Amino acid sequence: MSQNYRLENVGLINREKKISFKFNKKKYYGYEGDTLASALIANGVHLVGRSFKYHRPRGFFGAGVDEPYAIVQLYRNNETDPNVRATEQELFEGLEAESVNCWPNVNFDIGAINNFLRMFFPAGFYYKTFMWPRSFWYKIYEPIIRKAAGFGKASIKHDKERYEHKYEYCDILVTGSGPSGLASAYAAAKNGAKVIIAEEKSRYGGSLLTSDVNIGNQSGLQWAEKIITELKTMPNVIVKNRSQVFGYYDHNMLVMSERVSDHLPNTEKYTPKQRLWYIRAKEVVISSGSIERPLVFGNNDTPGVMLSSAAKDYIKLYGVLPGKKPIIFTNNDSGYETAIAFEKNGIDPIVLDTRRNPKSAIITEAQNLNINIKFSYVVVAAKGYKKVRSADIAEISDDKKTLGKIENITCDCICVSGFWTPTIHLASQSGNKTVFKKEIDAFIPSKPKQNETTVGSAKGIFTLKETLNDAFENGFNLSNKITNKNIRQSAPSVVEKITSSHDKFWCVPLPKGKNYKRFLDFQNDVAVSDIELALREGFRSIEHVKRYTTLGMATDQGKTSNLNGLQLVSEVEKKVVPQVGHTTFRPPYTPVTIGAIVGREIGKHSKPTRKSPMHSWHEKNNAVFVDAGVWLRPRYYKQGNESLFQASKREAKNVRQNVGLCDVTTLGKIDVKGPDSAEFLNRVYTNAWLKLPIGKARYGVMLREDGIVMDDGTTTRISENHYHMTTTTAQAANVLSHLEYYLQIVWPELNVNVVSSTEQWAGAAIAGPKSRKLLEKLFPDKDVSNEGLPFMGYTEGNFFGCNARIFRISFSGELAYEVNVESNNGYFMWEKIMEVGKEFNIQPYGTEALSTLRIEMGHVAGSELDGRTIPFDNSLEGLVSKKKDFIGKRSLEKTAYTAPDRQKLVGVVPLDKKTSIPEGSYLVKDANAKLPNPKLGHVSASCWSVEYDNPFSLAILKDGKNMIGKKLFALSPLKNKKIPVKIVSSHYVDPEGKRVRS
Amino acid sequence: MLYIKCPYCGLRSQNEFAYGGDATIKRPNLNQEVSNTEWDNFVYLRKSPRGRHLEFWHHISGCRQWIKVDRDTATHEIFNTYKANEEV
Repeated sequence: MSQNYRLENVGLINREKKISFKFNKKKYYGYEGDTLASALIANGVHLVGRSFKYHRPRGFFGAGVDEPYAIVQLYRNNETDPNVRATEQELFEGLEAESVNCWPNVNFDIGAINNFLRMFFPAGFYYKTFMWPRSFWYKIYEPIIRKAAGFGKASIKHDKERYEHKYEYCDILVTGSGPSGLASAYAAAKNGAKVIIAEEKSRYGGSLLTSDVNIGNQSGLQWAEKIITELKTMPNVIVKNRSQVFGYYDHNMLVMSERVSDHLPNTEKYTPKQRLWYIRAKEVVISSGSIERPLVFGNNDTPGVMLSSAAKDYIKLYGVLPGKKPIIFTNNDSGYETAIAFEKNGIDPIVLDTRRNPKSAIITEAQNLNINIKFSYVVVAAKGYKKVRSADIAEISDDKKTLGKIENITCDCICVSGFWTPTIHLASQSGNKTVFKKEIDAFIPSKPKQNETTVGSAKGIFTLKETLNDAFENGFNLSNKITNKNIRQSAPSVVEKITSSHDKFWCVPLPKGKNYKRFLDFQNDVAVSDIELALREGFRSIEHVKRYTTLGMATDQGKTSNLNGLQLVSEVEKKVVPQVGHTTFRPPYTPVTIGAIVGREIGKHSKPTRKSPMHSWHEKNNAVFVDAGVWLRPRYYKQGNESLFQASKREAKNVRQNVGLCDVTTLGKIDVKGPDSAEFLNRVYTNAWLKLPIGKARYGVMLREDGIVMDDGTTTRISENHYHMTTTTAQAANVLSHLEYYLQIVWPELNVNVVSSTEQWAGAAIAGPKSRKLLEKLFPDKDVSNEGLPFMGYTEGNFFGCNARIFRISFSGELAYEVNVESNNGYFMWEKIMEVGKEFNIQPYGTEALSTLRIEMGHVAGSELDGRTIPFDNSLEGLVSKKKDFIGKRSLEKTAYTAPDRQKLVGVVPLDKKTSIPEGSYLVKDANAKLPNPKLGHVSASCWSVEYDNPFSLAILKDGKNMIGKKLFALSPLKNKKIPVKIVSSHYVDPEGKRVRS
Repeated sequence: MLYIKCPYCGLRSQNEFAYGGDATIKRPNLNQEVSNTEWDNFVYLRKSPRGRHLEFWHHISGCRQWIKVDRDTATHEIFNTYKANEEV
């Protein structure tokens, strides 16, 4: 197909470079510099999609960010993006796009039956209809409605594209490169300020690209080019195109989405597809311009009806004719610019102006060009289904209530102009209380809340001269507050046409006996009648009307529909618009991809993966890893075809019989230093710490102020004023913050410093009856006998040339030691211990065996210290000092905490000694009692006891201390199990603790 | 995102900080008789006002100091920041 609607020698496209692309599988050609929209219009394609509710045909309405219709599914680089605005998507070689919301295709869409049933689809239809029966909603109504509604389809593949985040600081951020943005950026930059100027389109200049004006003896376009070229060369200025500042957040933080590669066929390696900028600006200049408002008339959603400014853009930017028999329907002078653009390119438009007798230079110019102008005329309805074929037009009375005789005239496009709406989204997001300006029938920003200044048409200034003067002044003043350089630029002289005022008329009355749909929101199919219905049904607040009718809730966020909706509500309600107020503007101004929001924080980048210095050894020895907080820990070391169960049993058994080696680097370690350290520990832990001698370790429990156990671990006195505290892997960071809180806020008088030393030490636990023999070989010149290094003892030694700390502590309940060396020597230490330990049948063991060992010993861990238990519950009450005060002590006096039948840690064994009890099972008296079956406790941890070769679990059980020997049931509805069990002591193995002291 | 002036590090972005709750709460002294009501008020009761609020923040990804921030919870305006041991 050839480009029948392409003009010659007009536009800013590169005709040297022809580009092929596909739309709905059909091949077309366009030029470099085209958007998908302009290229399709050039090829005479006017039907691009179907509407949301009625599946009415959809064409092009705008030429940019405000586009409500032309939303396509884009295919690029083997990826697909839903809901891409064709008016913003730049053309590239090989681009492929498809229509959305239509089946089987855009020309024949079965869903369009909704259009003919539309009397059954009024506002709130879904709320009213699918109420009954209740159970039908999830099963039947919702799935069907979901299938029928919605636009593009999100890809379910992993997105291969790269997205990035960037942080930037500047003195002045300018959001938009139209005349006001260019002027303020230039004035500020020349005054030495660090400036970022962001343009959402690929071309800089905004309205200067298409307007017929002169600035300082050059065309507006030339002036814009000159300014932007100079700004680009300045080292204190960042100039960005394809960059939408979409959100204004607290403390002058703005977020901008840059489409880095979306206009290219491929993303280059290491280049992102999109980049999100977090910009902290001292001052923000909002130069976001304004968007043309539609006029509302019958069937005003028919393809071929478009904004007059968009038609002008298509002609002047892309050299494309939106139609060859255009009607311009306007209530202000802007429409004439479009009419003149058509006329100058050999097309005779008809102008329908709603005003009776307006006078201005541009109207005179149009009249001199012999353009057919009908004053006091309106379009009553567009005719044609998939494309406008004609229009019913009529004269309208001065009070705009009565239509004259209706005539039908042929046309193939209707360009509408209902005056301009300032884009106040960013100002409103920042907290600016906007005010309604009667002269322009729109809201503008008023008193700023943050450091934000709106300039140009975004604040309702519609003459170029005033815009430039104001923007130069603001650019200088704002920058001078920061730089104090006093370098002032004078605003250039301007030649422009003075316009006459617009007509407040915006909605054409229905002719007698006609029931045309007059649309306000083109994407969500909200018509005048829907709003009227909502108001009749009693919805008053504009926020409610919006949600009930979905006005302005589509992906275009009501950029073209909001104000007309407000005008309608104010008319029906006989209120003025400012009383009705506008709905809240929320970021993002334009849709932002999830990819851009997530940035590089995907997969392994979403959180750090921490590995111990011995990690590669574990890998080489078939370790299967488990996530422990941010750490990766070996769960078990697989030999041959072993299962997790078999491997962990083997490893645990070897600890009980010989000796095992476990990587305990991940345990939290905190250095506590200072003369008041003992006193501090005494306040933090529940047990006594003042008399711990140097070279001794002690097990400690710390509480929160509400009496709940926060963490446990051993702390060792290394020297007079130096303690080495250990925490559980998961709580390490919280414990450090907790200690800092008390040292800095509650007891600043204590002379103590705390710092994390987790990463400074690599730790290896050597556990098992043969561990002392192994230690003797590892430290031949140290006395590691039971007398030389008793249980809970500490010493320092030389580990084959490395400094080592040796702790005699045990989690497994066996005779055990923990050796720490500096992290860099961790791998060496581990390998050496394995080598020397060979003769004692040493085996490494993972977290699974570690759990087994501690469970059957009755040692508590995270599954018991779960943020719901006090020391008594964990049988740790022996560690609670009665003599001294400590964090959380007062809470332990609570009635519930001292109840005689308070829950307590117990052991649980299945009666058949075979069935493993699922963790999380409930303990109940009667397995078959009526629900809700009274819960007596829950199973917190389960293992296969290697000592007795049968299942064993720990549980927290009500009145646990009096339940030993009783028979109960463990219920797991999740696993569908009812297991008869016997309650036993939590100390299943070595209850006297002989082994650790042997 | 808030811009918080750490008294030690200067203006830093909110994502370096962790919120630490009401800074007007005083912990009862150690080894002192405390009534149930007084203790419960300290452990559980917080005002959560709409408006000006003195609160703790922890510069957790910075200097690790706890600081006091005088902030409006409705507008996010920060009036001043203090070191943890400064009386406000």
